[in-house]
Amino acid sequence: MNPRDTILELDNLTLGYDRHPAIHHLRCRVARGALVAIVGPNGAGKSTLFKALTGELKPLQGQFLVHAGKEGIAYLPQQSELDRSFPVSVFDMVAMGLWREIGPFRGLGRSQAERVRAALAAVGLSGFEARQIGTLSGGQLQRARFARMMLQDANLLLLDEPFNAIDARTIEDLIALILQWHSEGRTILAVLHDLTLVRQHFPETLLLARECLGFGPTGEILTPERLATARRLAGEFDATAPVCHRPEAEAA
Amino acid sequence: MIAEILFSPFADFEFMRRALAGCLALALGATPVGVFLLLRRMSLMGDAMAHAILPGAALGYLAFGLSLGAMTVGGIIAGIVVALAAGLVARSSILKEDASLAAFYLLSIATGVMIVSLRGRNLDLLHVLFGSVLALDDASLLLISAITTTTLVALALLYRPLVLECFDAAFLRGVSAASPIAHYGFLVLVVLNLVAGFHALGTLMAVGIMILPSAAARLWVKRLPTMLGLAVVIAFASGIGGLLASFHADVPAGPAIILVTGIVYVISLILAPGGMLGARLDRRPHLES
Repeated sequence: MNPRDTILELDNLTLGYDRHPAIHHLRCRVARGALVAIVGPNGAGKSTLFKALTGELKPLQGQFLVHAGKEGIAYLPQQSELDRSFPVSVFDMVAMGLWREIGPFRGLGRSQAERVRAALAAVGLSGFEARQIGTLSGGQLQRARFARMMLQDANLLLLDEPFNAIDARTIEDLIALILQWHSEGRTILAVLHDLTLVRQHFPETLLLARECLGFGPTGEILTPERLATARRLAGEFDATAPVCHRPEAEAA
Repeated sequence: MIAEILFSPFADFEFMRRALAGCLALALGATPVGVFLLLRRMSLMGDAMAHAILPGAALGYLAFGLSLGAMTVGGIIAGIVVALAAGLVARSSILKEDASLAAFYLLSIATGVMIVSLRGRNLDLLHVLFGSVLALDDASLLLISAITTTTLVALALLYRPLVLECFDAAFLRGVSAASPIAHYGFLVLVVLNLVAGFHALGTLMAVGIMILPSAAARLWVKRLPTMLGLAVVIAFASGIGGLLASFHADVPAGPAIILVTGIVYVISLILAPGGMLGARLDRRPHLES
């Protein structure tokens, strides 16, 4: 693969906490413009991988390269990380997606305010501008976070369980947005649990269970055998595990 | 008659005018910082840091007596050290930040009282613990006003990152490197304003002028800018009320000021829209959508 077509390279990446790896020796290349579902049981290391890619967590071993250009990465963490009791309006929250343009000091120009309203309209939240974020339902808040992500205009989008506790109608609308971003050439990695959804919309899948169990076309990866292996591996945790001596060359 | 009660204490006595100026400065600087403390769920942390300032101020006192400069510098250093140390302990041990702060502030206040009593008289200890808003000299007033000015400028510069840091820190970390600047800059502002409040109200009550008006304002209004404005108004009005009560009823000024903010808080707690009865008192019919 031509390096210019690669947006993300993971090279023998091992991530974890307290020397206990959450993911072992992960090695793969994600092509520019790919739409990838990351699938695996709870505790498989999916969120950990995102934390490393956004720089929050230092690798225990190995490295990764991101070629996302100046537009950079946009990361949508799981919903619980947002304090909904804080007094801020939907408009102000979504407008922060323009941070790269307005930074900490600059005001919002008329055309920028127009783009914020357009993003709100695109996620179906027109008329909610002045509402406090605390008054939104879970689905509406997720729509607002998608609107903010849209304004970030990033090259590589990381979505961590974006459809948790979201109703079917909202999922449908948000999937349409993701597919639109995909058609604009952006690279999207999304952690998902709904395999039907993955098979329907995501061409590629990365199956994780504390190590990589396969990365490629969704149909070839989501086989019953591989999914059973994933379930078995993710459950194993040994507090007295010995030091891992797997040589770098043979780790895949 | 009313004018006599309300105005003549300030017109006739210079120490009352100085106290009034001190209250205005504290309301403008410390109270907005208190609003953010409250919204970041750090009210108790503010309290802990107020206690943490004591040993630093006490060391200054031990070395130089009741010297403004020494006690201020000592207090600021001790406050920042404890804030950073508590954060470090929370990050690198299994203790949560509240547990490590509680440990630090208990140690601080014991150390502080011990140091003051090594040298001192009970009067000095009372001064350190409860402040001396009625005896603010030029230097103290200048110090408090300088801290207020610094605070207002810093809050204006930090406003957007700080708001983001409060409600969606993960997003701020994703888009900018300003997250630690907002967090630690804010902690420094807290320490500075606690030291300013410490000279007027003492270590035990400095945090009162930050938290009580903010909590009352939170109960009345929904938008952050209005909340900041209302909290400042409540704090200054309580300052005036407390000084007048102290003057006419011959009670200590510091506790009087905090008690007046407390009365405003309790009334808000009962009547305000966000309070205990407020939502039930609203008998307007519900809307279509």
